[in-house]
This record gives sequence, C-alpha cells and structure tokens, in this order.
Amino acid sequence: MENPFSLKDKTILVTGASSGIGRGIAIACAQMGANVIITARNEGRLQETMTNMVGDNHTMMLADLVDVEQRAHLIEQLPLLDGVVHCAGVGARVPCKNIEGTDIEHVMQPNFYAPVLLQAELLSSKKIGKSASIVFIASRAAEMPSVGNAVYSASKGAIISYAKCLALELAPRKIRVNCICPAMVWTDLALVGASREQLLDAEQKYPLKRYGTPEDIAYLTVYMMSDVSAWMTGSSVDITGGAKEL
Amino acid sequence: MIIMSIQEFVVNFANQFDDTELEVFNPETNFRDLEEWSSLIGLAVMNMIAKKYDIKITPAELKSTNTIQELFNLVNNK
Repeated sequence: MENPFSLKDKTILVTGASSGIGRGIAIACAQMGANVIITARNEGRLQETMTNMVGDNHTMMLADLVDVEQRAHLIEQLPLLDGVVHCAGVGARVPCKNIEGTDIEHVMQPNFYAPVLLQAELLSSKKIGKSASIVFIASRAAEMPSVGNAVYSASKGAIISYAKCLALELAPRKIRVNCICPAMVWTDLALVGASREQLLDAEQKYPLKRYGTPEDIAYLTVYMMSDVSAWMTGSSVDITGGAKEL
Repeated sequence: MIIMSIQEFVVNFANQFDDTELEVFNPETNFRDLEEWSSLIGLAVMNMIAKKYDIKITPAELKSTNTIQELFNLVNNK
C-alpha cells in the first residue's frame, strides 16, 4: 500500500523557508516526496535549507514578500501549485503603552499584508491548482495573551480570521485552507522576548515537558498538504504540548 | 461616454473566472448560463469594475444584466 501521507508529485511553495518552522516544513515535505519551492530573503540560509532537503526536484527563489515587485517576480517564475505553506513571519515584543505605528507595520506587513496579498496574487494569476491545500502558520498567541505580545497576537488572530473566509471562497474549487497554531517552538523567533535559560525553565511548565520543535509542526503540515486531509478546511489546529498558556 | 472598449471589458470580465476558457466569452455571452457563474464571481466582477474603471455598481444593477454587453452598457452609462 502506498503511504497515504505521501506528497509525491505535489508541487509545494513554502515561504519563510530559511529558518525555524519554515525550514522544518521544507525538509519534511521533501522527505515525503514533494517538489518543493522554497522562498525567503536570505540566500545563505535558504541555501542551507536546500542542502538539507532530500531529492533533486526543488527550487529556491529569493524574495522579500513585503515588496510588491518582488512578489510579482516570484509569482512569474512559479509553476502551478498543489500546496502553499505561508510560514514567513516575524515576532516582536512591545508593551501596549509603547506601541507606535512603526511597531504595527513591522509585524503586520510580513505577518498579515504579505501573505494575504501573495495569496490574492497567486489566485488571480491562476497559480493554485484545483484541490490544492493552503496552510497558514499562525500561533496560539492569537488566543493566549502574553505580556508584550499584543501586536504579534493580533497579527496571528487576523490571519486566522482571514483564512476562514478564504476557505469558504475556495471551497467550490476543492481548495482547502487551514491554520496551524503552535504554542512555543524552539526557533530564533522564540528567543525574541526571552533568553534561552528562561525558556528552558518555562518549557518545564508544559504538560509534555518541552517546547515544540520545527519537526513537530512540519509533520502536521505534511498531513494538511497530503490528500488524507481532504475533508479538512477552514480549521485552525492547535499543537501545544498540552500547554494552556504560552 | 465610451470609457473603454468592449473587447477589453470582456477580457477583464473573463479573468474573474478560474476554469471557464477565455474563448467562451464574447459580448453576447449570457454569463448566468455559465456553469462557473456564482455570487462570489459576481462580487469579483463588481470589484473589478470598481478598481479598473472607478465605477461602483450595486448588486441590484448587476442583477439586472444577463449578458456582458448589457453590463458593459450599464457601466458606460454611469
């Protein structure tokens, strides 16, 4: 029997693939047989992701997705896609009292504007195939408050609400749209607001006694990219190590 | 006042569809008969007219048209 989770013959775009969860997803999708197109801003780190991917049918495309022209250039080069994983994003910790317009832009541009506009442009340029699967890497932060995380949490809440509407609009073409909401995962982004020592201490409060790894999130993404999740759309799936707070 | 060509309008209209081939569309096409026509595509058409021609049409106005030519005339007379 063929592996039902196989991504063989699927072409999948992964944004934010130069580090953290995005890198883990690119590597896992390659492992499951997909032809993966990875994109990010940093060539060196994107190349490092590439060297860790099995198979030779992968492509890397440099792009800053906040930039309208770079998005257009990326879309021009893309083939028809069976999957898109919107993983590019940034974190920032600013107390509410200190939030300025630039703090909001710094987070909302990459975390909300860019994926929403990229998705719109992918659809209008007809790059999304029928029965494709689209995943947004959101965050449990959308619902779990933590100090200094207001703008980041709002950006993830915004993308989750957006994705549910997108799911509805794309359902007639059997295109599925889902969100993944991880609690804390060991990436550079986790270190934005705390030291490694503080995090090692804090992860002991998680029922499973650890934070997530990029692989933990990547395997859930594989499920959502594969045909086994054909009946799942408009969902937002938590993956938290049992944590009820961040 | 003619603000656009019907040919261009037909292409812009057709671009709102994902599966129906461009060749299917001409001024006399009754778009309501197309299998892919839906309220979502109607919304996309209204949005396209607002953005490309800077003209707002209401859902009721859209509903009063059946062919691309009729919609074109409506937009042109606004």
